[in-house]
Amino acid sequence: METVYERPRTLKLASTHYCPGCGHGIVHRLIAEVIDELGIRERTVAVAPVGCAVLLYDYFDLDSYEAAHGRAPAIATGCKRVHPELIVFTYQGDGDLAAIGTAEAVHAAARGEKITTIFINNANYGMTAGQMAPTTLIGQKTTTTPEGRMAERAGYPIRVCEMLATLEGVAYASRVSVSSPKNVIQAKRAIKRAFETQIRGLGYSIVEVLSQCPTNWHMTPVESVKWVDEKLAAYYPLGEFKSLTEG
Amino acid sequence: MTEKKFMAGNEAIAEAAVSAGCRYYFAYPITPQNEIGEYMSRRMPQVGGTFLQAESEVAAIYMVFGAAGAGARTMTSSSSPGISLMQEGISYIAAAELPCVLVNMMRGGPGLGGIAPSQSDYFQATKGGGHGDYHMLVLAPSTGQEAANLTMLAFDLADKYRNPVMILGDGNIGQMMEPIEFKQPPEGFIHAKKEWAITGGSSGHRKLIKSLYLDPVTLEKRNLAIGVKLREVVKNEVRFESYMTEDADVVIAAYGTVARIAKTAIKILRENGMKVGLLRPISLYPFPYEAFARVAEHAKGFLVVEMSMGQMLEDVRLALCCERQVSFYSRVGGIVPNYEEIVAEVEKVAAEVT
Repeated sequence: METVYERPRTLKLASTHYCPGCGHGIVHRLIAEVIDELGIRERTVAVAPVGCAVLLYDYFDLDSYEAAHGRAPAIATGCKRVHPELIVFTYQGDGDLAAIGTAEAVHAAARGEKITTIFINNANYGMTAGQMAPTTLIGQKTTTTPEGRMAERAGYPIRVCEMLATLEGVAYASRVSVSSPKNVIQAKRAIKRAFETQIRGLGYSIVEVLSQCPTNWHMTPVESVKWVDEKLAAYYPLGEFKSLTEG
Repeated sequence: MTEKKFMAGNEAIAEAAVSAGCRYYFAYPITPQNEIGEYMSRRMPQVGGTFLQAESEVAAIYMVFGAAGAGARTMTSSSSPGISLMQEGISYIAAAELPCVLVNMMRGGPGLGGIAPSQSDYFQATKGGGHGDYHMLVLAPSTGQEAANLTMLAFDLADKYRNPVMILGDGNIGQMMEPIEFKQPPEGFIHAKKEWAITGGSSGHRKLIKSLYLDPVTLEKRNLAIGVKLREVVKNEVRFESYMTEDADVVIAAYGTVARIAKTAIKILRENGMKVGLLRPISLYPFPYEAFARVAEHAKGFLVVEMSMGQMLEDVRLALCCERQVSFYSRVGGIVPNYEEIVAEVEKVAAEVT
């Protein structure tokens, strides 16, 4: 019988701790499939964030670092400078990358570090149970914006890909979602492009993934993918913001 | 190699690091240690290494984390306010048991303070600084030559114990120009195999550099293991200089710049017939408690002289268990005590105890 679906070799045989309907599991699988297809498992290094994906190394069969909150790009920089032949990626949430670690992310991008960032934007702090994130939408209720985020109190959500795409060091910046089979296929394509960008040594690459968080959004998984399409993607448009083909 | 080069302490430290095999240097500029980064920016490309000017001290210490985890000899340097910013990363480095060398050329604090020499980061350096149970090894040079020698030693100690090691100096040590001889590093840990490091292609025995242990039983084991390691450090790595203490009635306790000035004071006091010596801790962690206890068997009084409000003073008191009089003299804010002040203080102590 022909095998039509199996676990990517880069994923361990492990059940994740992620909530039902969460987007992290899908993105993990896509990264693993891409690493398998590119044949780079033995030279790929993951840098885990602080946030829901802190135990990432329990799921990926890869050499890994566990970073302090927000510092993954600096650690990835240190590793990549010592071993330029390795493929180094950071996996970071919106609090990790766009709040506490903004400086590290922006400067790794500005230096054109040849690393890849997979940026999970689910518009809230998932692991600490749903506080406001830098990407929380205006009007969105969280545990620290009980009346909905108000710009006059909490400022405006940050469009990370658009911001980073302005930097010369960035070779690839793309925003995708995992809200439908079609979007998942596109997300995988972008993740592959990002890793290929690093392999070719073109510069910094980032894929922002709009990801559903049913638990903290207080929605069913079905409602949450609809919210990604209708609300999140309205403020954070999907697409490629930068895609260099040569350095 | 016996050729001597005339250079500033900061540059001596940088060249010593290169000699010890350091090829990855990450730092953010801050006075009074900018010569280290400037030297490295010229020197690293010559030896095939990496100099990277980080966006902050926070980023610099995590670049060190990444490079150390990748198996490299790596270093950062800064001064007091910048070292404060690194404390989070130092805690993570100690927790992940990564070897690295840090240089703190202390300046006056607290806050932005000043840029003149100080010794007011003793507590931060020797007692923790960052959160959690850990210690750095802390080495305090009192000359440019010693700064170079201790920097080379620091890389070996860091590799041996898989622990951060700090060179604790001040603006005086860093800026003063002296003839420096670069000895070849001893054969030793420079080529130590780091089986735990991330180097790629480790299928079957995955490498993981981490510090999160959610299960308290597992974390307790980790804490105890680090404790066992640090007991070895305490047993093996105490370093100090005992100068004219054999017959001394009064012993000065001082380190770094102040110890050097104290020697001048001792020369004058000895010429005047007073029996005065110096006990100079070279390793501030581990602290030479036993050396103080031994000297106390015959010394009648101790004078701690520091450029702080009394930080090493606490360790000297601890060493002597309140059995000897411990006097204290300090200048702070970036003022370096001169030998005449120390002479006068020793005379006061001597009058009380002899």
